[in-house]
Amino acid sequence: MAEEKLVDQAVALANRASELSKDIAALGQDASRMAAEGAGSAGGTSTLVVGLTVFVLAVFVGYHVVWRVTPALHSPLMGVTNAISSVIIVGALIAAGTGDYGFSEIMGFVAVVLASVNIFGGFIVTHRMLSMFKKKQR
Amino acid sequence: MDKDFAALLYLVASVCFILALRGLSHPETSRNGLKFGMAGMAIAVLTTLFVVPEVNFLLILAGVAVGGTIGTVIALRIKMTALPQLVAAFHSLVGLAAVLVAVAAFYDPAAYGIGSPGDIKVSSLIEMSIGTAIGAITFTGSIVAFGKLQGLVSGKPVTFPMQHWVNLALGILTVLLVVWVCTTQTSLPFWLIILVTLALGILIIIPIGGADMPVVISMLNSYSGWAACGIGFTLENNLLIITGALVGAAGAILSYIMCKGMNRSFFSVILGGFGGESAAAAADDMDRTYRQGSADDAAFLMRNADKVIIVPGYGMAVAQAQHALREMVDLLKEEGVEVKYAIHPVAGRMPGHMNVLLAEANVPYDEVFEMDEINREFGETDVAFVIGANDVTNPSAKTDPASPIYGMPVLDVEKAQNVLFVKRSMSSGYAGVDNPLFYMDQTMMLLDDAKKMCEHIVKALEQ
Repeated sequence: MAEEKLVDQAVALANRASELSKDIAALGQDASRMAAEGAGSAGGTSTLVVGLTVFVLAVFVGYHVVWRVTPALHSPLMGVTNAISSVIIVGALIAAGTGDYGFSEIMGFVAVVLASVNIFGGFIVTHRMLSMFKKKQR
Repeated sequence: MDKDFAALLYLVASVCFILALRGLSHPETSRNGLKFGMAGMAIAVLTTLFVVPEVNFLLILAGVAVGGTIGTVIALRIKMTALPQLVAAFHSLVGLAAVLVAVAAFYDPAAYGIGSPGDIKVSSLIEMSIGTAIGAITFTGSIVAFGKLQGLVSGKPVTFPMQHWVNLALGILTVLLVVWVCTTQTSLPFWLIILVTLALGILIIIPIGGADMPVVISMLNSYSGWAACGIGFTLENNLLIITGALVGAAGAILSYIMCKGMNRSFFSVILGGFGGESAAAAADDMDRTYRQGSADDAAFLMRNADKVIIVPGYGMAVAQAQHALREMVDLLKEEGVEVKYAIHPVAGRMPGHMNVLLAEANVPYDEVFEMDEINREFGETDVAFVIGANDVTNPSAKTDPASPIYGMPVLDVEKAQNVLFVKRSMSSGYAGVDNPLFYMDQTMMLLDDAKKMCEHIVKALEQ
C-alpha cells in the first residue's frame, strides 16, 4: 500500500518536474527572444524605432537633394534611382547565400539575377544619357 | 565580418548614393556623381557577401553575370525614344525582386535573424507584408505601363463600372490579410496578399491614359523605392531603408512636377480616365482658315530673323527629326541667327525625356531652356518654330475655361512675331484638344512629316 502510494507520488512529482522544466525552457526562449529584440539597440530603443528614425531623416535628405536636381537631368535621375533601388540585392544575397538549396535560396537567387539586370542596365543607360550632355563649343 | 563594421560600410554606401543624386544638380558634376553611385553599389554587394556566413561565391557570381549581361545588352541597345518603356520594365524588376526577397524571408526567417518559420516577429511580418504588397503593385503596374508605352496595350484609359470601389475593396482585403498573417503565421494569407496586390497593380494603372504616362512612370519609380524601404525594415538594414527613402522621395517629387506641368491633381491622375475620346472637344469648324507655308517660306523667315526659339515635342522624336532639326539650326547659327530651345516639363514621355533626345542629337545643353526660364522671351522673338509639340503651346489653356486643358502651364508661343508650326496634318493633338494657335494671323502651318520638313528647310537654307 505504502509503496504504491509512494510510486504514485513519485510519478506525480516527476510529471510536475517535467512540466516545470518545460515552463522554464519556454521562459528561457522568451527571455532570449526579448534579449535578441533588445540587443543591437542602445538604451532600450527597438530596431523598429531606429529604422523609423533613419527612414524619416533619409526622406528629408532625399527631398532636398532631389529638388536641387536640374530639370534637364530628370531622365538620368530616374535611371540612377532605378539602379540604386536595386540595392535590394542585399536582401537577395542573404537569402541565396545560406549554403542550402531550398525554396528560399531559389527565390533569393532569382532575385539576385533580376536585381543585377537592373543594376547594370540602370547604371549603363544613365551613363549613356549623361555622356551625351555636352556644352556649346565656342 | 564584424556586424558593426558591415553596418559602417553600408553607411558609406548610403552616402555614395546621396552623392550620386547630388551630382545631378549640374551636367558637369553628374558623371562623377554616377561613379559614386556605382561605387556605393559595389561596396553594398561586397560587404553583404562577406557578412553572409556560407556564401556560394560561384553561384552568386553566375547569377550576377547572367543578370548583368542581360542588363548591359539591353541598356546599350535601347533607343533613347524608348527610354520610358525601359525604365518601366526596370521598375517591374525591382518590384518582383522585392516580392521574392520577402517570400525568401518568410520561408527562411532564421537567415535574416527575425525568428523561425511559424514564429516570426509580428513587426517583421507587418513590414514584410507591406514590402511585398508595394513590390507586387510595382511589378504588375510597371508591366501595364510598359505595355501602354510600347503600344502592346491600348494607351486609352480602360475603365469599367465600380472600378474605384473594386480597388478600395482589394486594398481593405489586403489589410485584413496582413492581420491574418500576423495572427496565424501561416503561408496561405501571405500568398493571398501577393495575389491580391498583383491584381491591384494592374487595376491601378489600366484606367490611366497615355497622356498621363509621365506621372505614372514617376509614381512607379517612387513605389519601387518604398518597396525597397519595406524590405529594409524587415531585414533591419539601414542601407535599404535610406536608399528606398531616397528613391521614393525622388519619384514623388517627379510625380508632383509632372502633375504641375499638366495642371492635374495627383488624385485625378490616379483615378484615371483622362486622355481618351471623351476629351475630344467639338470645335466649331466654321470660318477657321489657316495659312499654309512651304519649306522655302520657312527658310526665308528664319534666315532673316534675329532670334528663333525651337519648341520640340514628342512628335519630333517619333519622326526621328532631331538630327535634321539640329542641322537646320546649325545653318541658321552660321547666318548669325540666335537660336534657343524651349522645353515644356511634359514635352516627352517621361521627366527630362526631351532634354535627353536633344542631347543625343548633339544639341548643347546650354542652348536648351526650361519653360519658366524662357517663356518671357517669346515676346522679343521673331520666329517660334514648333515641331512635334501641340498641347503644350495651346493658348486656350490660358483663355478658355471650357478647354479640357484649361489651367495647364503652356509656352507663350503666340507672343512671337511669327509662328511656324510643323504638323503632319490638321488633326488634334495627343490629348485630343483643338489648338486655336493654328488659326492665328502670325501662324504659318508647315504640313509635312517633321523630319522631311526639316530636311527641306535645310536644302532651302543651303541655296
